[in-house]
Amino acid sequence: MRGFAAAQAHGILSPGLAFPAGGLLPPLPEAALATRVTGPGGGNCRGAAMDLEEAEEFKERCTQCEAVSWGLTDEGKYYCTSCHNVTERSKEVINSDIIPNAQIKALNRGLKRKNNSEKGWDWYVCEGFQHILYQQAEALKNLGVGPELKNDVLHNFWKRYLQKSKQAYCKNPVYTTGRKPTVLEDNLSHSDWASEPELPSDVNSPFLESGMESQSDVHTRKSLRISKALQSETSVCSGSLDGVEYSQRKEKGLVKMTVPQTLAFCYLSLLWQREAITLSDLLRFVEEDHIPYINAFQHFPEQMKLYGRDRGIFGTESWPNYDDIYKKTIEVATFLDLPRFPDITEDCYLHPNILCMKYLMEVNLPDEMHSLTCHVVKMTGMGEADFLTFDPIAKVAKTVKYDVQAVAVIVVVLKLLFLLDDNLEWSLSNLAEKHNEKNKKDKPWFNFRKWYQIMKKAFDEKKQNWEEARAKYLWKSEKPLYYSYVDKPVAYKKREMVVNLQKQFSTLVDSTPTAGKKSPSSFQFNWTEEDTERTCFHGHSLQGVLKEKGQSLLTKNSLYWLSTQKFCRCYCTHVTTYEESNYSLSYQFILNLFSFLLRIKASLLHEEVSLVEKELFKKKYSVTKKKSKSKKRRR
Amino acid sequence: MSRAASLPVIYSAQSVIGMSDFSEELKGPVTDDEQVETSVLSGAGMHFPWLQTYIETVAIGGKRKKDFAQTTSACLSFIQEALLKHQWQQAAEYMHSYFQTLEDSDSYKRQAAPEIIWKLGSEILFYHPKSNVETFNTFADRMKNIGIMNYLKISLQHALYLLHHGMLEDAKRKLSEAETWRHGEKTSSREILINLIQAYKGLLQYYTWSKKKRELSKLDKDDYAYSAVAQDVFNHSWKTSVNISALIKMPGVWDPFVKSYVEMLEFYGDRDGAQEVLTNYAYDEKFPSNPNAHIYLYNFLKRQKAPRSKLISVLKILYQIVPSHKLMLEFHTLLRKSEKEEHHKLGLEVLFGVLDFAGCTKNITAWKYLAKYVKKTLMGNHLVWVQEEWKSRKNWWPSFHFSYFWAKSDWKEDTALACEKAFVAGLLLGKGCRYFRYILKQDHQILGKKIKRMKRSVKKYSIVNPRL
Repeated sequence: MRGFAAAQAHGILSPGLAFPAGGLLPPLPEAALATRVTGPGGGNCRGAAMDLEEAEEFKERCTQCEAVSWGLTDEGKYYCTSCHNVTERSKEVINSDIIPNAQIKALNRGLKRKNNSEKGWDWYVCEGFQHILYQQAEALKNLGVGPELKNDVLHNFWKRYLQKSKQAYCKNPVYTTGRKPTVLEDNLSHSDWASEPELPSDVNSPFLESGMESQSDVHTRKSLRISKALQSETSVCSGSLDGVEYSQRKEKGLVKMTVPQTLAFCYLSLLWQREAITLSDLLRFVEEDHIPYINAFQHFPEQMKLYGRDRGIFGTESWPNYDDIYKKTIEVATFLDLPRFPDITEDCYLHPNILCMKYLMEVNLPDEMHSLTCHVVKMTGMGEADFLTFDPIAKVAKTVKYDVQAVAVIVVVLKLLFLLDDNLEWSLSNLAEKHNEKNKKDKPWFNFRKWYQIMKKAFDEKKQNWEEARAKYLWKSEKPLYYSYVDKPVAYKKREMVVNLQKQFSTLVDSTPTAGKKSPSSFQFNWTEEDTERTCFHGHSLQGVLKEKGQSLLTKNSLYWLSTQKFCRCYCTHVTTYEESNYSLSYQFILNLFSFLLRIKASLLHEEVSLVEKELFKKKYSVTKKKSKSKKRRR
Repeated sequence: MSRAASLPVIYSAQSVIGMSDFSEELKGPVTDDEQVETSVLSGAGMHFPWLQTYIETVAIGGKRKKDFAQTTSACLSFIQEALLKHQWQQAAEYMHSYFQTLEDSDSYKRQAAPEIIWKLGSEILFYHPKSNVETFNTFADRMKNIGIMNYLKISLQHALYLLHHGMLEDAKRKLSEAETWRHGEKTSSREILINLIQAYKGLLQYYTWSKKKRELSKLDKDDYAYSAVAQDVFNHSWKTSVNISALIKMPGVWDPFVKSYVEMLEFYGDRDGAQEVLTNYAYDEKFPSNPNAHIYLYNFLKRQKAPRSKLISVLKILYQIVPSHKLMLEFHTLLRKSEKEEHHKLGLEVLFGVLDFAGCTKNITAWKYLAKYVKKTLMGNHLVWVQEEWKSRKNWWPSFHFSYFWAKSDWKEDTALACEKAFVAGLLLGKGCRYFRYILKQDHQILGKKIKRMKRSVKKYSIVNPRL
């Protein structure tokens, strides 16, 4: 298995924890993801009714589990549907005038022809999500992410998900029509996974355990499902075969796929690959339409019709939310039972030292601050691989909000240097200003006031543009989603009307190409030395706020105030609250600036700042309850 | 207004529903819609916007508002802001995105969308430099056919737009189309709209009629064309009266319709009919209070040479609604001429009332009347009447009318006015009053005699120093 092998070669996976276990999952060709991978055309995809009907003549008990429940493999051999034991006996032996493969092919063609009409293909909800994931993976590849992400990591996560959620690659997939939505190829030599020669015969394989049920159960459930499936074909409430069933499916411990969940998968894969894209970057790219998300369904193949329940499953009218996707990521990783992720070491982009550097550049702060952030990271232990690495199977699965944390460290450093009490930062600015006037040739001292003025202007402009762009966002897809066939013409007429009106009004708009799509960048602000109007502070010195004492440098400011005095100890999810008006204006500005960069709420950043402080002042928190503490640090 | 009605008459009718009012309407209903969303009416009619947002989150199970809803409502405020600043270009840009509310998955909002879009869009197209009649027509026709709720309203506004561009025939055609449009069930609101549409059609016919009438008046009676034109005039009148009469029976402010209708009735000698219409328009309690209704009635009665008492009773109502109306001086004259003593007293009240308004302070006739009438009243031994009126005004009239500043500036601008005012000031405030003294000091050759006479009268009649 390619992905597996590649992962091993990188030394990422320990053999014992090999995920999507190679033996169980058939290798998936590239084409499988690229085109509509499952469905009536494929060899695995046979109608259950037909499958079982054909196999009905074969009444012997299974030698392995004694069940009488036979399916046909593509080679025409019988296999037990409950334990997947493949018999030596093939159908030809019993009924020699049927060549199974030929018949299956013919039937498949028939199916296709029938469904090629207005009704479209038979397809499953999970195929839809697979298609979205495929598009997202492609988009990520175009953003410069290595191809392994798509071919190996995301692919395997997805297979594993299908297996864990019992939709494919397992004994008793929830799909009863028998046309398992497993990944297929055009090549008919592939058949049910059970016919794989390297199939481990031990039923106790960890991935099958969960699928074990008593025989009778399996039988009754199966027949029930068949009748249900037949029913749903007559009363259509969704374009997908299982849209109705899917939206009703509620099982304990099951993580159901949703559109936001696709981003959780993407982020997990990025994290696994330790790519240089943070969660906030990912979500921003989604918002900027660099990664398919809103209306991703409109790129489904023409034959995959969506309506009715599919609307609720695939329609999205909101951009992803940081906290939400973060939680979903952990949820999915836990559900997939993933092993510990590759270590986040100091040379990884997600390491706070690197991220801090990036964000310092982004917000136009002096490079010299980096050594201070590194120091804070070291003191708090936030740079340790054990702290940073995501381990879903640990006792409490939690991952680090790398981007938020890095920014929080910067905020803490700013507080250490300038106190941010609406007072000291300004008097320090006066000193810097005077010094800079006197020494025009030297490296200028960093002037907080000047920085604030420039950042405030840039930030306001950016935010204004952002708000305007959001207000202009077009949500509706070219393919309208409707509830039923009755609504279809209405929905299409409305769409046409809107398009016509838009066309009419676009003639009133100046044809200046302002609407040109921004090229994706992890930077939202750019500061260069050449720009005379917008001073670049990267090279400014912190001399004005530090003082030397022997070998070490101390901050001139010896005071500090904590963002949170007392943490919330209740069982609610938040650890602290942020009431803006209780804080200094400088602090508010800095939180707003950074939270805008990350597209998160200021309260989320405040929380993270408090958590960093909690680590940094661990002793003080436990020993004393003094309001503010002085702190001297070595460098 | 002259009999020859011109387009501006029609435009004054827009107070009912029309293009020039789009911006107000825009703010009206649109904000109404928003209020429905964002505020809660408590028993006392108080609004708690914050409470509404709270309730909303409860209603949708704690889920936050969808970004679709957030961005479209932001888009709406951007459009409104752009309209307010007359940035038609930007407004059109945002409008481009706002159309998607027609596909809102929230059915309540989806239904409200066409009207909002029509109002915003027509406003933009009305002013946008790149827009033209053709663009507007296309837009209106499209919007008319989204649902059936707005067909009539849009048709009417479409017709008004065409009128504004002088396209009378097209406007008439649009109105006729709307008039014959039948779809869905008849509701009361729709009935009003149909009446309005018909009435506007009537108004257009009136316009043609009035043009023909002018032609007729230019023609000699013996002219061979005379009878043909006269016949034409007659036909038009008949159609118009049918169209308008239905509307003006409904409560509302229908000034231009009433006016033109009455004009035609009068022209054909149906005085009783005209009087009935006007009386109904002025006195029916279901109609909103409307000063114009009384003015029309008064002018009509005056033309008909109605008895004084009748005229007085009409103006009495107008006096209650608009005490500063210029007809009040006519009212005063009528009252003065009346035999009844209570009318005489009212006559004084009316004059004082007129001069209470800043807009009338330089009205020389009013001051002349007041000076004469106060003197006459005092001479007639009705000191109490004057004192009664003066009681409520003595605190503020001196600085409002009779300050030193006014004396100087009045004298400079209009000596006659200054004299009249000085006389009143003297009568009311005594000869020591600064205004009076200032005017007395001015040496004026022509007015010298008059001032002397005034001085004597003041000495004799001033209420400050009643005769011993």
